Amino acid sequence: MDLFEYQARDLFEKHGVPVLAGAVATTPQEAEVAARAIGGKVVVKAQVKVGGRGKAGGVKLAENPEDARDKAAAILGMDIKGHIVGKVMIAQAAPIESEYYLAILLDRSNRTFLVMASVAGGMDIEQVAHETPERLTKVAVNSNDGISQAAALKIIQDAQFPVDIAEQVASTLILIWNLFTSEDATLVEINPLVKTSYGRIIALDGKVTLDDNAGFRHPDHEALIDHSATNALEAEAKEKGLNYVKLDGQVGVIGNGAGLVMSTLDVVAYAGEKFGGVKPANFLDIGGGASAQVMADGLSIILGDKDVKSVFVNVFGGITSCDAVATGIVQALAILGDKATKPIVVRLDGNNVIEGRRILNEAAHPLVQQLDTMDGAAARAAELAAK
Amino acid sequence: MSIFINKNSRVIVQGMTGSEGTKHTRRMLAAGTVIVGGVTPGKGGQVVDIDGHHQIRVFNTVAEAVAATQADTSVVFVPPKFAKMAVIDAIDAALPLVVVITEGIPVHDTAAFFAYAQSKGTTRIIGPNCPGVITPGECNVGIIPADITGTGPIGLVSKSGTLTYQMMFELRDIGFTTAVGIGGDPIIGTTHIDCLRAFQDDPDTEAIVMIGEIGGDAEERAAAFIRGYVTKPVVGYIAGFTAPEGKTMGHAGAIVSGSSGTAQGKKDALEAAGVQVGQTPSETARLMRAILKR
Repeated sequence: MDLFEYQARDLFEKHGVPVLAGAVATTPQEAEVAARAIGGKVVVKAQVKVGGRGKAGGVKLAENPEDARDKAAAILGMDIKGHIVGKVMIAQAAPIESEYYLAILLDRSNRTFLVMASVAGGMDIEQVAHETPERLTKVAVNSNDGISQAAALKIIQDAQFPVDIAEQVASTLILIWNLFTSEDATLVEINPLVKTSYGRIIALDGKVTLDDNAGFRHPDHEALIDHSATNALEAEAKEKGLNYVKLDGQVGVIGNGAGLVMSTLDVVAYAGEKFGGVKPANFLDIGGGASAQVMADGLSIILGDKDVKSVFVNVFGGITSCDAVATGIVQALAILGDKATKPIVVRLDGNNVIEGRRILNEAAHPLVQQLDTMDGAAARAAELAAK
Repeated sequence: MSIFINKNSRVIVQGMTGSEGTKHTRRMLAAGTVIVGGVTPGKGGQVVDIDGHHQIRVFNTVAEAVAATQADTSVVFVPPKFAKMAVIDAIDAALPLVVVITEGIPVHDTAAFFAYAQSKGTTRIIGPNCPGVITPGECNVGIIPADITGTGPIGLVSKSGTLTYQMMFELRDIGFTTAVGIGGDPIIGTTHIDCLRAFQDDPDTEAIVMIGEIGGDAEERAAAFIRGYVTKPVVGYIAGFTAPEGKTMGHAGAIVSGSSGTAQGKKDALEAAGVQVGQTPSETARLMRAILKR
């Protein structure tokens, strides 16, 4: 789960990472109240989970609370790269002397954690890594060893931070390591980390990604989930415990196993090229135990998608047996009744396939047709969606 | 021959007393796997009866199980909350192979037990969040259906479980030395490269199928490895060409971020290393048939 900047700020504060006063607002009035509470000049910042908001006009300086209200009114509702701004953060303004970069992240390639530090702050760090790699220091950190104060200081010195702030930055690094481990984060990034003209080190903007698998250790993370950003169908699927991602095509896809479903999306898209560019409408993995109820839930979400013109159920029975899947489809259609109106192409293979195919043949539901192969079934589903 | 497991493997099941553990113990036994014990802390001394045919002793720790049974392989069905402790228990017992089936383990836990295994240097971890390993006709460690196909000259390595099954099914008339599901999590104990090396070194494996998916750079690294080390023919398949940026597709690790982790980038890297890459699972199977002239 990616957090908004204001949520990252709150987590920084909780873990003692130096931040400026800040509050979130969803209306211009709230922005005015927040600005008054903070006092002085404030910065009004669009809360979107996408880069480039500054260039898009999503960050504005406000002279006083009334100005903060007007600036918030201008920013709220703005469209930044397809993200509609629903919240702004009102942050205390500070005189910035210089900008730096500090991050800890999961390094998949090397199967460890990585500290990244740079004196080239405030820029896109991928650009820094690409154009001036010598200005980015990367140090692997073993999960079981952590970072000592001495190790932190060495990283900061190697990254050429000025001597007068090295100790402060090293301490900040230790604090974000503590945040990274104790909150089960996979990314903690401060960009920029600034030195104010008073010589203080402040985390001015931050990104935090939390590991969804670790939710059982962090009941408080539940409150950080942003329900407003979720597509209505995705929200419904999540409520039913289904692994669903809305896409922009016309063929609804249900399958078992993430890899097979991803592969199914590709095969549908290739088949769709022959039928006017028909594409998959969603990713939906029903997982290992495809009960009738899971199949009904999945079908009802897909049939509730107004963009869907046909459905492709692609199951390879491993642990799941095909007769259970077939029974699930028949029962799902009985539960859905008249609500099921779109053609459903089914391809079953693997565990108990003969019985599975027999069950579907016997039910002879007018919307259901079976094909033997994944490629053939994808082509039929694409053809039906193009009609 | 085969890689990682064979008919002599002596397997313990961590989490055998749980419902998934018991169910899959039954299936693994039916596939001919030699299962010598179970491990559930606090339930040592119990006996799990499988259909009246097998009575399997349960131990409190992996070390006790190894002392009593000479086990050399463990398969982990322990729930995510307790998986880290279970794997560390197996590493402490210096078990050579630990296959972690459990899905949903926090990545900090995986990072911790992987780093611990690296520091000890005596345990290979496969997974987590994987379907396991099968050497058809000899040994099945995990949840891969044993009846899809039999033994043959192909080695298979895949991040995805169901795509492993699909590919075994497509090539069922030819058969496999060993199929390894390495798992789709951001940190995994055994990589494509580890399996490619093992298949290259296995005299009975004539050709290799490698299945990848979007996210990370494991396939690009595998391509570089193939160029330098693998002389046997390799065919590849990558899932997720049509996946949009920024959306996690099922597996925690399956996400395209910016320009990295795309299926096209992986395909290009593999082709540059001389690997033929199929556009669909069935086309990939056809490429393998052409190589083996079958």
